[in-house]
Amino acid sequence: MTGLAFLILFAAVILGYVLNRKAALQIKSQGARMHSLTGFHGLYSALLVAVPGFVVILGWLILQPVIVDRSVMAGLPDGVLDGLDKGAASLVLAEIKSIARGQVFGTPEDWKLAAAETLAARNAAASLALVVLIAVMSLAIIFFARSRVSADFRARHGVEKIVMGLMIFCSTVAIFTTVGIVLSLLFESIKFFRMVPLNEFLFGLRWEPQIAIRADQVAGQGAFGVVPVILGSVVIMMIALVVAVPIGLFSAIYLNEFASPRARNIIKPTLEVLAGVPTIVYGFFAILVVAPFLRGAGASMGLEISPNTALAAGICMAIMLIPFISSFADDALSAVPRALSDGSLALGATRGETMQKILFPAAVPGIVGGILLAVSRAIGETMIVVMAAGIIASLTLNPLDSVTTVTVQIVTLLIGDTEFDNPKTLAAFALGSLLFLITLCINILALRIVRKYREQYD
Amino acid sequence: MSDMTNPTTARPRFDWKAPAYEALIRKRRRSEVWLKTAGLVSISLALGFLALMLVALTATGYKAFTQTHVTIEVPISPDNVDSADIFGSNWRRVMQASIANMFPDLDQAGLKEAGAILSNGAQFLVRDAVIADPSLIGGVLTITVPTSDPFDQLNKGLVDRDTPEGNRRVTDAQIAAFDKLVAEGRISTPFSWGLFTSPDSRFPELAGLKGAFIGSGYLLLVCFAIALPIGIGAAIYLEEFAPKTRFSDLIEVNINNLAAVPSVVFGLLALSVFLNWFGLTRGSPLVGGMTLALMSLPTIIIATRAALKAVPPSIREAALGVGASRQQVVFHHVLPLAMPGIMTGTIIAMAQAIGETAPLLLIGMNAFMTSAPSTPFESATTLPTQIFIWADSPERGFVSRTSAAILVLLAILVMMNGLAIWLRRKFERRW
Repeated sequence: MTGLAFLILFAAVILGYVLNRKAALQIKSQGARMHSLTGFHGLYSALLVAVPGFVVILGWLILQPVIVDRSVMAGLPDGVLDGLDKGAASLVLAEIKSIARGQVFGTPEDWKLAAAETLAARNAAASLALVVLIAVMSLAIIFFARSRVSADFRARHGVEKIVMGLMIFCSTVAIFTTVGIVLSLLFESIKFFRMVPLNEFLFGLRWEPQIAIRADQVAGQGAFGVVPVILGSVVIMMIALVVAVPIGLFSAIYLNEFASPRARNIIKPTLEVLAGVPTIVYGFFAILVVAPFLRGAGASMGLEISPNTALAAGICMAIMLIPFISSFADDALSAVPRALSDGSLALGATRGETMQKILFPAAVPGIVGGILLAVSRAIGETMIVVMAAGIIASLTLNPLDSVTTVTVQIVTLLIGDTEFDNPKTLAAFALGSLLFLITLCINILALRIVRKYREQYD
Repeated sequence: MSDMTNPTTARPRFDWKAPAYEALIRKRRRSEVWLKTAGLVSISLALGFLALMLVALTATGYKAFTQTHVTIEVPISPDNVDSADIFGSNWRRVMQASIANMFPDLDQAGLKEAGAILSNGAQFLVRDAVIADPSLIGGVLTITVPTSDPFDQLNKGLVDRDTPEGNRRVTDAQIAAFDKLVAEGRISTPFSWGLFTSPDSRFPELAGLKGAFIGSGYLLLVCFAIALPIGIGAAIYLEEFAPKTRFSDLIEVNINNLAAVPSVVFGLLALSVFLNWFGLTRGSPLVGGMTLALMSLPTIIIATRAALKAVPPSIREAALGVGASRQQVVFHHVLPLAMPGIMTGTIIAMAQAIGETAPLLLIGMNAFMTSAPSTPFESATTLPTQIFIWADSPERGFVSRTSAAILVLLAILVMMNGLAIWLRRKFERRW
């Protein structure tokens, strides 16, 4: 039915275009001087039909299931939902829906069958109403648009206004996304903090969310303390930075100052390949090669290394960050005016001395900004740690131990679980808010540093 | 006057050969060499990691591109197969009869062990063949079916025959039976088309990427259809029309911030808005595509703005000069010239989207699906989530399947990026 609605809308758009253009052509052929080209008269009608039609269909699709479900649930016989909590009620709804789709398991109660029938009937009625609405609305708009065609009607202005409106809408999608992220995180987090107090979340030292499936074990036991999880994120991030920063910086220095243009043209894109590899590949590489290698090396040195040691995840994350840091550092070094390094070289400094004493200090703000962005990436990175790091939170700084991270917990808490009324699922949103805030602060700080301390040379 | 005749008396000639100075020079050169070496070592480390990764993936993955098959004769006796209900017949017994025919000298227990050579899915292949051609009932069907995973590994030399029997997944008797089949020429290792044409399965020898390909395809389609028009619209507005106001500043700050938001947060957004609020189907490519469209918007907007900026103002002025409106200038002249740049940026954004995993896990695209989706509105897996599922599976055979799937994903990425580079080279214009 939705397809039919789209089809009707599409036909109406074409019909509107053709009708209006034809009318305009006719006026033109009578020798009148038109304000707008005939094509714009057609487009005017087409856009006038398409935009509201599209909005109505999308809105209908989003609202119809919600409204129909609510009305069906409200219309259930009295008493059948008594004593059921929200989760059980949604299970009933799911059963009614599957009956309505024709998948009947066992012998459901009569009221469920009746409800399924109402559901199917209301859905069908709603779809039909949509089709009728679209058809009537489109026709009305076509007539309206057709009636406006005349020699001095400013069709082009109308079209341009609509197009401008569409473009402004497109650019606000970014705002809507941000608002959507903030609101969805906020709402679910507030629900979470009603069950677990905020200071317990922020300062608790134990993170054992799996235990909290039973309602009587929720708060009070301190199972939702985020400190060990954050600590795990920090441990892995530090390992990644300790490996990636020197490698990235020295690569950038070499490429910027010593490499021949030819070598640079080959090496730079090859390094960028590392940035294009999907992170799940790094995660698999960590469990396939890095972790077994580390374990073997550790065993030969008499060290006990956990199978999902933070080191493996950290190293693989470092590989991912190398091109990021090196290209940031390269850009920062290249942004230093040529006159500075020329002057230094002319005074007799070697290239290395020029780099150490002139270029590098001048580029430090940009490099620090780049490293901060790398930090925010490392904290927000998910797949590498989901595959290579552990899921048990432990309060440790030892890189050889298994640690867990904020992102790992978000994923493990939400995989395969959609019930939204237990603290376990909601905790993922609280962690998400925390992650969003942390990365946002780091990003803003990075931009500030780059802006504030950048030398102005002009 | 003495200054002019003998200037050296005022300032003694610098002795370039003095040992102290030469030591200094040596020190300076050493530090130069040291810096250079550090750079070279760093670059080789980074490139070495890349090479190591590719080598490790290829080494474990290339074997999954072939699959050990065994050719068997299956007597389709009317005792076991009911022509009225072919689908529900006892196919297990049919397969047992076939095994018994191949190993006449084995007892019941030996036959049971030898039967493990065939894939668990073999009976369904036989069933489908008989359903397709019911005249086989009463005759003998000669069919080539995959072997089960342990024997695939054995045939590829991944099982060490010297390890004690208890530590292997195949017993000595099974190896003997397998070797007999090899001697009879029944074993073959053709290219594993099943890797590309079968949907997922619990059994590594039957698992393929079909569902993931189709899921990823739909997902990219949705993502492209949403992100490209919105991205271009936003970029044109911001670059060509937006007045410098607080509103346009706000939009720009927002876009830059979105580009740095961790991907898993987008997954949370999708979970609470698309799934919980709108009630869209969990795990469908539609939801995945919408989520990734939001993620790739900043990339597309930034690339499009750069492409628009690269079109010289003279083009705009000329068009304005002959009477075009500002929108006509953009849509008739600037946009077509910027199109190659926009497409390059979009392809790169799509290449990022196809490798994205974390948000898709949160919206349930990692469910086990034994059939490929037929519309974007059904639950499906994608390439990266399929890789995640396989990497999590305990069976040995999935390790090489995972590597192979990663190689396929990387090949797709290389192709997409190659296309982007080709587009850029072909249409690049210097003004």
